[in-house]
Amino acid sequence: MPETTAPRDAVPSGTAPAPARATTTVQGAVPAIEFQGVVKRFGDNTVLDGLDFSVAKGDRVTLIGPSGSGKTTILRLLMTLEEADGGIILVDGDPYTHEIRGGKRVEVPEKRRRAVRRRVGMVFQQFNLFPNMSVLENIIEAPMHVLGLARAQATVRAEELLDQVGLADKRDARCTQLSGGQQQRVAIARALAMDPEILLLDEVTSALDPEIVADVLGVLREVAETTDITMLIVTHEMQFARDVSNRVLMFDHGRIVEEADPETMFTSPTHERTQEFLRAVLGD
Amino acid sequence: MNDVWSWQRAAEALPPILEGFRITLLATVVGTAIAAVLGLLVALVRRSRSRWVTAPVGLAVEFVRSTPLLVQLVFVYLMLPSVPALVVGCVVLGVHYATYMSEVYRAGIDAVPRGQWEAAKALDLPRTRVWRAVVLPQAIRKTLPGLGNYAISMFKETPYLFAISVVEMFTAAQQFGGRTFVYTEALTMVGLLFLLASYPTSLLVRRLENRLA
Repeated sequence: MPETTAPRDAVPSGTAPAPARATTTVQGAVPAIEFQGVVKRFGDNTVLDGLDFSVAKGDRVTLIGPSGSGKTTILRLLMTLEEADGGIILVDGDPYTHEIRGGKRVEVPEKRRRAVRRRVGMVFQQFNLFPNMSVLENIIEAPMHVLGLARAQATVRAEELLDQVGLADKRDARCTQLSGGQQQRVAIARALAMDPEILLLDEVTSALDPEIVADVLGVLREVAETTDITMLIVTHEMQFARDVSNRVLMFDHGRIVEEADPETMFTSPTHERTQEFLRAVLGD
Repeated sequence: MNDVWSWQRAAEALPPILEGFRITLLATVVGTAIAAVLGLLVALVRRSRSRWVTAPVGLAVEFVRSTPLLVQLVFVYLMLPSVPALVVGCVVLGVHYATYMSEVYRAGIDAVPRGQWEAAKALDLPRTRVWRAVVLPQAIRKTLPGLGNYAISMFKETPYLFAISVVEMFTAAQQFGGRTFVYTEALTMVGLLFLLASYPTSLLVRRLENRLA
């Protein structure tokens, strides 16, 4: 496993390697993800209040901010696990769950939602592997039954991915026999098996013991370096955010209060809320 | 007929009672199969979003549960005179217990963590796969002890088939008693056979419960 030695929660220092990727926003290009005035309420609690932002193709964007600031809600909206109460979400310029037709906001039919959802993959905090299936079955289930791959084909790809996440020998294990870190690596392989254009990472290391966090982050670093998947990352691992992402968005109360490249965000944040938050997270 | 208990009379009573035991087992197995399949269907149908579907099914379930099994057996038996009594017995037992088993399934389905549904959605699995490959295998594992307990209950309620002249174990003992006035031994044998069959089964169910817990 490469790069497993990065210190966790290390205070960013000037000598840390600069992010490999520059912001890829190209004038006129269709963004991979675009939020237009997105509103999300849970009962009386308005989590997102007319949020606008976009992510260019191949961007690695980390969302930071205190809990309840709407970061996870953004990922869940992109996976259609939640439904927005207002506004429009576009993926590659295609309306996802709602669109404006004749000046009115209407639902997109499930068939078209699925076509968009297929381009999006997600890794969860609690792994959510299927406990009634083996490791291999977890990974080939969707390629076989969604993409229509033959079992042999899906298995070859799954074995490559298992090798990539360092679990080739666990192919036939029950998921329940694996450690949390191993389960999360299988979950990453499972998401990658669908060849997503967009990968959502929802606090993927928060449920893990500190000593195995590095393994999981190592796997994700490699994914970031070897693919051009657009990534949206919610994490408390600031060193990881710094290494992998090329853009950091600071959220507070459902709004973006500050946006910068990781170097700037972690060394010289300008907004007071960002400074407070980073002080709390980095533990100065 | 002076002795309270005679082993010889007990031995004489045994063959017809064992024949009745066969019918008792048959009714229980067929009834359980019907209840398990129908109960699952009811549980799935009741999850429909349309009230036009859930309301009538809910009403039917309440109706079956709120009326006695004995009344249901006799009613259906008399309404359908051309259907053999044993068939009526199996179906009525099955339908009656399906309403209870559907609740066991419902609880099992509700116990599948939300993350499982979300992971299935994130992989864009089609609805049928979500149910067949993800939710039901996990739900049914959790329902097995509950279903087993209802199967045992059903087994113990088969003597109601007496009312529709199915010669199961209890009826066989009654008939034997009627012919020979030997009731003590015959009914004791029935009790022992029920105990012999249901006690080990309930131990098995309890072990299953502990293993799956």
